[in-house]
Amino acid sequence: MLNPTLHRRALLGGALAAGGGAAISALFPQWARAQTAHLPAGGADALTGEEIALSIARTPFTLGGRTGSATTVNGTLPGPLIRLREGQDVRLSVTNHLDVDSSIHWHGLLVPFQMDGVPGVTFPGIRPNETFRYGFPIRQSGTYWYHSHSGGQEGTGLIGPIVIDPAAGERVHADREMIVMLSDWSFMTPMEILRKLKAQPDYFNYQQQAWFEAPSGKPMSVADKLKWGRMRMSPSDIADVTGATYTYLVNGQGPDANWTGLFRPGERVRLRVINSSAMTIFNLRIPGLPLTVVAADGSDVKPVETDEIQIGVAETYDLIVTPDDRAYTLFAESVDRSGYARGTLAPRAGMTAPIPPLRKPPLLTMKDMGMGGMAGMAGMSGMDHAMNHGADGGMKMHGSMSMRDPANAPGVALTPGVDMIAPMPVDRTGDRGLGLDGVKHRVLVYTDLEAPEPRHDISPPTREIVVHLTGNMERYMWSFDGRRFSEIVEPIRLARDERVRFKLVNETMMTHPIHLHGFLFDLVNGKGDRLPKKHTVNVLPGGFVAFDLTADEPGDWAFHCHLLLHMMSGMFNVVTVRPLDGGAA
Amino acid sequence: MKQALAIPAALAAALWLTPALAQSPSHDGHGMSGMDMPGMKDSPAAEPSDAKPDAMQGMDHSGHTMTMDASPMHAMPMKSDGAIPQSPPPPAAQSGPAHAADAFYPDGEMAHAREMVTHEMGGLKTTVVMVDRLEAQTGKGGGSWAWEGALRTGGDIDRLWIKTEGEGELDGGIDDSEVQALWGHAIGPWFDLQAGVRQQFMPGPDRTQLSVGVEGLAPYMFDISAEAFVSTQGEFTAKIGAEIDQRLTQRLILQPRVEANLSAQDVPEIGLGAGVTSLQTGVRLRYEFRREFAPYVGVEWQKQFGRTADYTRADGGNADRVVALVGLRAWF
Ligand SMILES: [Cu+2]
Repeated sequence: MLNPTLHRRALLGGALAAGGGAAISALFPQWARAQTAHLPAGGADALTGEEIALSIARTPFTLGGRTGSATTVNGTLPGPLIRLREGQDVRLSVTNHLDVDSSIHWHGLLVPFQMDGVPGVTFPGIRPNETFRYGFPIRQSGTYWYHSHSGGQEGTGLIGPIVIDPAAGERVHADREMIVMLSDWSFMTPMEILRKLKAQPDYFNYQQQAWFEAPSGKPMSVADKLKWGRMRMSPSDIADVTGATYTYLVNGQGPDANWTGLFRPGERVRLRVINSSAMTIFNLRIPGLPLTVVAADGSDVKPVETDEIQIGVAETYDLIVTPDDRAYTLFAESVDRSGYARGTLAPRAGMTAPIPPLRKPPLLTMKDMGMGGMAGMAGMSGMDHAMNHGADGGMKMHGSMSMRDPANAPGVALTPGVDMIAPMPVDRTGDRGLGLDGVKHRVLVYTDLEAPEPRHDISPPTREIVVHLTGNMERYMWSFDGRRFSEIVEPIRLARDERVRFKLVNETMMTHPIHLHGFLFDLVNGKGDRLPKKHTVNVLPGGFVAFDLTADEPGDWAFHCHLLLHMMSGMFNVVTVRPLDGGAA
Repeated sequence: MKQALAIPAALAAALWLTPALAQSPSHDGHGMSGMDMPGMKDSPAAEPSDAKPDAMQGMDHSGHTMTMDASPMHAMPMKSDGAIPQSPPPPAAQSGPAHAADAFYPDGEMAHAREMVTHEMGGLKTTVVMVDRLEAQTGKGGGSWAWEGALRTGGDIDRLWIKTEGEGELDGGIDDSEVQALWGHAIGPWFDLQAGVRQQFMPGPDRTQLSVGVEGLAPYMFDISAEAFVSTQGEFTAKIGAEIDQRLTQRLILQPRVEANLSAQDVPEIGLGAGVTSLQTGVRLRYEFRREFAPYVGVEWQKQFGRTADYTRADGGNADRVVALVGLRAWF
């Protein structure tokens, strides 16, 4: 066994040299620097044990020669690794040194609701110069993370990883592990980004279908321009906030700083990938290395090999890779392909591998507009085939094929916040993420995920709750069922221990990573008694996703889109589970 | 006041657009005809194989309401294992306190935090100052300058607008200008109703008017505004404008624009004749160094009609001219 400390020091020197003078500031916790240690990942400053102290403050953050102000935990961005063991108790004292309220939410952890850390829903928040003591037992294992739930602070750096070691040991052997925390950084505050989007929703989109520029590689015909124009929408509306302002980070480090994880050739390396972005869905791949997915959102899945994963905001995936004696580029392209986060896996410090070019930005398709039902019909394959055979230039679409027909979504209030209703949404759990349809290699889809063992805790739901994901791109409004949380919506009410199915129907043209606090739900993906557990689910545009859960956690739980600015525009609600525990105090 | 609200032709003309524009284009029932959307060929589900014309015809003929259960659509793949009722929550779900956290934290604290989170999730207010046009114009009859801008502040549905526009001689003062204070309310996904007061400053007597209009994005991405005014003197006038951004490259944008003014009656003291009084139509080519900072060049045809033109000519003015212009569009 190597001496981790020694090795780390040597490596740090190498990374400094490789960084081209871009000094790695003390802002990075050890786990986020180039990683060398054998199991467990972390470094000497990982926080362990039953008593953990965290301190939130503003800290200067330097990137690409420019310095801004970050919201940090214990002075670092990302925050320190919290490493716990299943079955232990933990108490976390969080002190707020900001001049505004703050909070920390333990993303994916099963905790008593009053410890969940959502101001105004589960606790009052942490006032300036106050300390809040969280305390709860650790009832699970896997890769999770934490972030602020106040004032957009997760978009300014208040994020950090949580790793929980299983009481019975890992199901899958690995020789080494590394944390790969993906995020997006802007020198513009989230509030200012939101203001710009409210003023001009395509503010950050420099990949539009212009007359003389087609970044997607397919110049639009006049007919297409007219079709999209008639709907008052744009096929290039893939990401609200883009590489025009974001730098995409691996473990807090920009592409040029080239975060490097070191391994010994032939080792099985476990990558704990966390998308802790505010607004960025990533396409993750390591050219030359097959990725074996062994856990999703912290829960083990039957190992499945793939080459690329679209990872929604707040999702986590654990991957096993077995690299040879060469360097590999860890490449996380933003979903709109306006930029990338990049790191390197290498046997020795200072090595690099080629950086793949960004692929052409995708365009939205008919399926993304909620017309997927057309293609899904028996014998309806080959839409444009059938279309072109239509007598007078194609079908006439009537009634419910319209783009804003209330009959297609009875639960939705057709407010000014709703610019479309998907006419025929389909189950897209088997679909690749946006823009990956044409990719030659394997791409992970939700139907690849399967619990490793048959589960006996899965029973059929007795009630279905349909939640429509709605929005208005032009006004930059986002909502559930047409209503923003600020309009004082009814919470979603569950009776304690009832088994319910949530069906999330995406009526918009964007992918929404929807997160329910307090539960690991069962993703309904056709795997019978082996449904995988997740805490966050990407709902593709024009599609729907269903998940089942047993409401065995009493209390109030936040339920929202994890795109920060969608949440802050109103795509947020509360799920209540009653009755509470007797007396409740 | 009462008679002012009995708004006749001019206002009706300006507002006829409202219902049509506030609604989805789909209400014409053909919103999506021609389904060969770009990129569709990429869909893995769309393999050109055994297309079944029968199914297609079902759609063709199903008329206006092709609901899920009235069409072959319900054969689409849904993974729901059988029907799960969408019943209301069991009574137990309604039990207990409205807010669970109230049992753990002192009263006032949660109420305050709840107010904050409610405001934060969708209730945020924003303020934007827009300079749509700030330009110098040169043509037959000398140089002039013109501006048009607005401040908007508020939430997603209700906003306060302060609008101003005007023009003057390059070597002189301001000829015409106006300020409007309007309350704007979203009346559909793309359109706002705006109502308030307009104050006009003119060479003759000034005018104070009630103003009602709609503004928003029409199908095919036209930015449209239609306003009707009734002055304290009982005069009715209206203004209709349309413009569209044509993105030539990511930063180079061509903007055709047209604006027409109408008057319901002759008002000699301010140089207005009945009917269409004036029309401006032009095209501007701007370059967005940043979204907020875009200089432009352009050309515009400015024409007055009928008696309005006569008044202008009698005054020694130019009722029909083409100007070259250079200006700046900015917002912050
Ligand atoms: Cu969203």
